[in-house]
Amino acid sequence: MTINQSGWRPESPAQGNDPADVPTYTGNKALMLEEPLLFEIGDIGRTGVDLGERPRGESRLGGLERNRSIGLPGLTEPEAVRHYTRLSRQNYAIDLGLFPLGSCTMKHNPRLNERIARLPGFADIHPLAPIDTVQGALALIHLVGEWLKTLTGMPGIAMSPKAGAHGELCGLLAIRAALEARGDARQVVLVPESAHGTNPATAAFCGYAVENIPATDEGRVDLAALQARLGTDVAAVMITNPNTCGLFERDMIAIAEAVHAAGAFLYCDGANFNAIVGRVRPGDLGVDAMHINLHKTFSTPHGGGGPGAGPVVFSEALAPYAPLPFVEKQGEHFVLVEEETAAEHHGGAFGRMVAFHGQMGMFTRAAAYMLSHGADGLRQVSGDAVLAANYILRSLDDVLVAPFGASGPCMHEALFSDEGLAGGLSTIDIAKGLIDEGFHPMTMYFPLVVHGAMLIEPTETESKGALDQFIGALRSVAERAKAGDASLKTAPVHAPRRRLDETAAARKPVLVWKEPVQSQAAAE
Amino acid sequence: MRYLPLSDADRAEMLRTIGAPSVDSLFVDVPDAARLAGPIDGLPDHASEMAVERQLSALARTNLAAGEAPFFLGCGAYKHHVPASVDHLIQRGEFLTSYTPYQPEIAQGTLQALFEFQTQVARLYGCDVANASMYDGSTACWEAIGMARRITRRTKALLSNGLHPHYVSVAETMARFTGDMLVTGRPELSPEGDGAALLAAIDGETSCVVVQYPDILGRIADMSELAERAHAQGALLIAVVTEPVALGALRSPGEMGADIVVGEGQSLGVGLNFGGPYVGLFATREKYVRQMPGRLAGETTDAAGKRGFVLTLSTREQHIRREKATSNICTNSGLCALAFTIHMTLLGEKGLRDLALLNHARAVAAAERLAKVPGVELVNDSFFNEFTLRLPREARPVVRTMAADGVLGGVSLGRLYPGADALANGLVVAVTEMVTEEDISTLAVALEEALK
Repeated sequence: MTINQSGWRPESPAQGNDPADVPTYTGNKALMLEEPLLFEIGDIGRTGVDLGERPRGESRLGGLERNRSIGLPGLTEPEAVRHYTRLSRQNYAIDLGLFPLGSCTMKHNPRLNERIARLPGFADIHPLAPIDTVQGALALIHLVGEWLKTLTGMPGIAMSPKAGAHGELCGLLAIRAALEARGDARQVVLVPESAHGTNPATAAFCGYAVENIPATDEGRVDLAALQARLGTDVAAVMITNPNTCGLFERDMIAIAEAVHAAGAFLYCDGANFNAIVGRVRPGDLGVDAMHINLHKTFSTPHGGGGPGAGPVVFSEALAPYAPLPFVEKQGEHFVLVEEETAAEHHGGAFGRMVAFHGQMGMFTRAAAYMLSHGADGLRQVSGDAVLAANYILRSLDDVLVAPFGASGPCMHEALFSDEGLAGGLSTIDIAKGLIDEGFHPMTMYFPLVVHGAMLIEPTETESKGALDQFIGALRSVAERAKAGDASLKTAPVHAPRRRLDETAAARKPVLVWKEPVQSQAAAE
Repeated sequence: MRYLPLSDADRAEMLRTIGAPSVDSLFVDVPDAARLAGPIDGLPDHASEMAVERQLSALARTNLAAGEAPFFLGCGAYKHHVPASVDHLIQRGEFLTSYTPYQPEIAQGTLQALFEFQTQVARLYGCDVANASMYDGSTACWEAIGMARRITRRTKALLSNGLHPHYVSVAETMARFTGDMLVTGRPELSPEGDGAALLAAIDGETSCVVVQYPDILGRIADMSELAERAHAQGALLIAVVTEPVALGALRSPGEMGADIVVGEGQSLGVGLNFGGPYVGLFATREKYVRQMPGRLAGETTDAAGKRGFVLTLSTREQHIRREKATSNICTNSGLCALAFTIHMTLLGEKGLRDLALLNHARAVAAAERLAKVPGVELVNDSFFNEFTLRLPREARPVVRTMAADGVLGGVSLGRLYPGADALANGLVVAVTEMVTEEDISTLAVALEEALK
């Protein structure tokens, strides 16, 4: 019997050896496409732009005309679009699924924000344009600054820092400037053991000796130990709140009082502000300076590693030391306070941190995010983020060990350890197993205070269905790990690449592409 | 709320699983004194996409965009034509909404693009290796000075007076806290830079000499001699390039002996953005790679023997080395680096050279035309796409007057060097491929009018 004249008929899949293992001619596997390097497919004579006739004329280049090839291959537009589109498909992204990297806050990036950032009135203006021609841009920077001040309950702001770590630097420099202004040469910054690595790196950069503050068994700063260590040599204490164990520092007000009593300043790492935005104003906790990662709390896209933005809010005591330049509203007019006018307006400023005024492209996106959510929506943001994290914590604490599960509700992230895994399996094996399940893994081995830490931050933009699927997948992988399933050691097997040899990469670093020796010889 | 998928029924069910009575109860650890009972005061409630777009578009419209006027501003940020496909590609969700590639098996797209970026930057600068980007040119410049201190174990840096004053300002801010000693000064409105003075100043305590190429006034100087002298004294030569397109026409700093080359990459792929985000470029010699700040993508193989890429040499970085790290940088400028790379790929060497020569030809034509305006003199002997004019009077009000007439005619040196009388008449004019012959005539007329 034939179904149609062409002879085609539906078939059941063939039984037998798994055909997925059969190599293909191209190395591709259907939609999983291999892509060579630009340098292997491009050509220095090929281009994707038409500039017309090369102009002839007098050269005023001071006799320094380039006389050697640069070695920059080009592609035509169709080739370039295909090359980078194919590369893009080898990336995991929030747009594809839940991205539970703890402390990194991978929430949905609203596309309205992209449209706003690209309006010519924001995207196509020069940083040194005459001030009268960029009033709307200054107004926008001012708007975002006012929102951040209101949300944090703090009176001062610096908008120019380029990312979180740059904001930390800004905060510590303001602290140092304030101490210098009162002739107080303190040398030490205290940092909890669980801090982000940027905290000690920043403190050291500012010339401070870094000392650790121990944590209590329940994962919070040991207030008694902190009080014992505070003294006239301590310039600042850097606290992350909510902390990197995903817990709110209950003693924050007492910490602030102790720090201030000792004549020091309290710096708060605001990386986790998304857990409390709209519900707690850090100013009410006694914080003196805090950076805000706009790419976390206010959802400017992470872009594969930036750009971010790290504005810093300041208490009354530190506000006079905020860096240049900054925007000031005078009547209906916005002015940019730079070196020239700083003396009259802002004599204590510690200087300039970047060439221009900060990450305008991030401010526009954050403004759209803030206005979209409003005061009520932001309160819902932190509520849903904390709800989702607790849901994950309590849905999995029977299969994975939650070292601080008895310390009360978590904030926006759930922390587990690798305790109880069998067969030599560790956190990394669970992470790679999750990749095969179609998820980006959680943050691994951070914070350092928990063995084999797994830090899971689901964010508020996941549906319950997405959370349940993730919980199911992690439960399944964790059960395999507890049973000592050796196949996890080889995971992932379904990703574009298997595990990569990072040791070899670091031992003999290959950081740029070089012509293969063979083809060089052939060319000579 | 359109961005929050949980329904009230979902929330109730999740709270049952957690065993908590309400969402608010999850914030029990926040001290009562600091816990707000309702939405924060003083801010509006949520708004529709249409309402937000309307409000912010109105704000955007009050600015004079570069594309709406004859436009001649430069000094560290340049308006070039960015092919449409660049923005299309960087808006693919797989690039836009991914993170720093900590899980390389599912981040090969970002990692391979960064490896291509590093190779392009290293070749453009004439260096062995480059990193995966910094925040911008000014912070890259400061990081280079810090790197030279670590390598030479000396703290005296000689900054050319042709270095962008905002870059100098950033370095001064940082040096105040790190104890580095910076020797700086202001440029003179003359065809010659301060190369000779720098040569004479290099001594056995110098950690580095920092020169901009082309410099803030647009002048171009050979740095080979400076490199030789610096090396003879055990110091490093750092070159700063604020306009990468220039290197399509000019010899690279690496060829002339620079040890570290840093700069701004904004010209390619990124756009003006009122100053940020931009992308800092950073390249050096292979032997200094372990002293370099920032992320690095490196080639390796996977368990099946296939080529792949990973972040590497992270033992220099803050998340491993904490207070002993080479820099505190974490998030860098990944998406802008991608935009740079895609634009550079679309140009290719041929396109870059043509673009550079086109910029230069336009700039030469503009310089000749503007020098004919009564009372106006061209300061530069050499320049790429940016040159300095000496006006018969203070340039700052002239710029404002022209702007009021819809011509963005350049950057006055009074804006960059407030209070420096000797520079007050200087006007820096940048001329890229975006400038038409008509724009040049319009500027000449506007300048002549404003000077009357």
